[in-house]
Amino acid sequence: MSEYRKKNGMTAVFLFAVSGGMVGMAFASAPLYRLFCQVTGFGGTPKTDIMAKPTALSDRFITVRFDANIHSSLPWRFQPAQRQIKVRLGETALAHYIAKNLSDTPLVGTATFNVTPFKTAEFFSKVDCFCFTEQRLMPGEEVSMSVSFFVDPELLDDPSAKEVRTITLSYTFFQAEKDKAAEKKPITKGGGISSAAEQRRRPVRDSG
Amino acid sequence: MSEITFASPHASHDHLPSGWKRWVFSTNHKDIGTLYLILAAVGGVVGGLAALVIRMELAAPGLQYIQDVQFYNVLVTAHGFLMVFWFVMPAMIGGFGNWFVPLMIGAPDMAFPRLNNISFWLLAAGLVMLVIAGMISGGPGTGWTVYPPLANADFHPGPAVDFGILSLHLAGASSILGAINFITTIFNMRAPGMAIHRMPLFVWGIMATALILLLVMPVLAGALTMLLTDRNFGTTFFDPAGGGDPLLWQHLFWFFGHPEVYILIIPGFGVVSQVVSTFSKKPLFGYLGMCYATIGIGIIGSIVWAHHMFTAGMDVDSRAYFTIATMIVAVPTGIKMFSWIATMWGGSIKFRAPMLFCMGFLFLFVIGGVGGVGLANAPLAIPLHDTQYIVGHFHFTMSIAAWFTMYAAFYYWIGKMSGYQYPRKYGLAHFWFTFVGVIMIFIPQHLLGLAGMPRRVPDYPDAYAGWNMISSWGAYMTMVGTAFFIYIVWRTFHDKVKCPANEWGEGATTLEWTVPSPAPFHTHVQIPKIEAEPEEEPEEEEELEGGLPAE
Repeated sequence: MSEYRKKNGMTAVFLFAVSGGMVGMAFASAPLYRLFCQVTGFGGTPKTDIMAKPTALSDRFITVRFDANIHSSLPWRFQPAQRQIKVRLGETALAHYIAKNLSDTPLVGTATFNVTPFKTAEFFSKVDCFCFTEQRLMPGEEVSMSVSFFVDPELLDDPSAKEVRTITLSYTFFQAEKDKAAEKKPITKGGGISSAAEQRRRPVRDSG
Repeated sequence: MSEITFASPHASHDHLPSGWKRWVFSTNHKDIGTLYLILAAVGGVVGGLAALVIRMELAAPGLQYIQDVQFYNVLVTAHGFLMVFWFVMPAMIGGFGNWFVPLMIGAPDMAFPRLNNISFWLLAAGLVMLVIAGMISGGPGTGWTVYPPLANADFHPGPAVDFGILSLHLAGASSILGAINFITTIFNMRAPGMAIHRMPLFVWGIMATALILLLVMPVLAGALTMLLTDRNFGTTFFDPAGGGDPLLWQHLFWFFGHPEVYILIIPGFGVVSQVVSTFSKKPLFGYLGMCYATIGIGIIGSIVWAHHMFTAGMDVDSRAYFTIATMIVAVPTGIKMFSWIATMWGGSIKFRAPMLFCMGFLFLFVIGGVGGVGLANAPLAIPLHDTQYIVGHFHFTMSIAAWFTMYAAFYYWIGKMSGYQYPRKYGLAHFWFTFVGVIMIFIPQHLLGLAGMPRRVPDYPDAYAGWNMISSWGAYMTMVGTAFFIYIVWRTFHDKVKCPANEWGEGATTLEWTVPSPAPFHTHVQIPKIEAEPEEEPEEEEELEGGLPAE
């Protein structure tokens, strides 16, 4: 019996370790998933390397359209300064977005981004972007923010991606998490302002 | 015959605890199995009543019984959770698994009897938590998938979802401990001669299930913990505002959730293998193929999860992979189907209730499965996503099929468990009402889904009224069948018709039929020795015995 007990104990220790390892894997998946998206462009995650250089300059043009969204809890106005631009593959281009803080408190926002079609993400490089850092806007402040990017001509070598003529670059602004904690009270207190802000923001969002 | 005698603390003397202590502190695999079956009956009845209310609401367009739509969502959620975690799993794994795995492999009990007790009471505590969740702050209306952002504090601000998460934590912990117990028992405690390749298919089913549980349940536990901290402690695993991604939840959930549907049905496959072989009076056709088809379903089923997420934004290559991988699951499943049919072929078949339910299972599982092969295709899955077609498909495969195998297992083993025979003539009525009833429920749902009716919505346009009415009538008919079943259970225990040790005759060859009915409190105290059958080759068997525990 003691022999059996020892054997069973060893098996159980091994199995407990397996299940513990799987819990660990579940938590590790959060950073791994982000890394996976960044490396493979999965889900339309573009490259964000400030040192990146296009491999060549092609004479083919591609249209890049700009999209702007705001999370409903952030009382800002946010829209692209240009609807779309045409760039040559391999040419670094500069585009602008305009953001305005409609509330009466300073707010810090942070933007997430992706490109569609997803399959073009691995060829879309952002060299510099306002989304790389958090943006702090004073009450009523309006700023123009820039993004510089290029679409690599390697796109033409990818059999599934070479048909693409238009890429949409999309941003969504959220209130930065740590800012949210600090500013929670003033925003909820100034409910009148934020609902007014809501009304003013709507036409912008519709057109964006 | 028997050389080893277990000197376990309970088997060494006539230890027969009595009263409430026998059940609350039970370390006996049969008593714990019985407790699991009782818990499953409670979960099944409550979950079934939730389904009945859903079908009553959907019987006609407009809102008839439920004005509060969140309450409808809570009902759908409760039905899902109860049926998955407190009906099918406790009945198949905890109930019949506990009862018959040790009996079938010639072990005196499970490897860790006290752990077994903890598993059961964790699950019971989980049910209490779930009931609390349903009664506070409007209840969790998230569906059993608990997707953020719907499950976030923004949309479910009260503690209902937190209680739901904690109840799943308890159920998950219970399952992981149970899985460890089963794997250890099956790997280490088989009687001499019970080689891994001579184990009954039911034991293979439980083993495959326990292995899947061990790998995927911790992922659910991790994901639920992340959701809990997202809701309460300001983390942003699934919140893009803080750099998280709600799709990560879907990946983690379905990495658990898809294998989970195989967890629900694979023990049922095992039951069908036992029953079909017994009532055809033939050994199972293609035994080895069946064993590895079971394992194969488990492995392939664990790498197809994103077919639940075709509409969540996925590039064409990923869609192609998940489509193909999903369809490949049909190969081992087909092996099993053909093996069961080949077992029946030329057999001397007796259409007793267990066999009827197994044949009903074959029929329903093939309908649901063929619909599933179609649904595996991303181009079809996208328009059919979140429609009633999905509801019809998964109920036929993982729910109704599993339910039928549970009925088969009940009729097959109730004599062994209770010592009493069930009244045979009512078994037929029970089968036909249930069989026709479930077809009436779920075939119309396939058609409604193809016509575009969304799931999880209590109201619908008049165009869908006809099939919905038929579907609801099917539900009422199934309730009549279930009432027959309850009557049969009552008659079984009331009439007390004594059952012989081997009720089913020469077809029943597994070890549980060598002990008296009802099975005594302690069985296989003297370990049986299983003789090799003459046609088997001894070299093969030795090699396999040495190979497995290292896995």
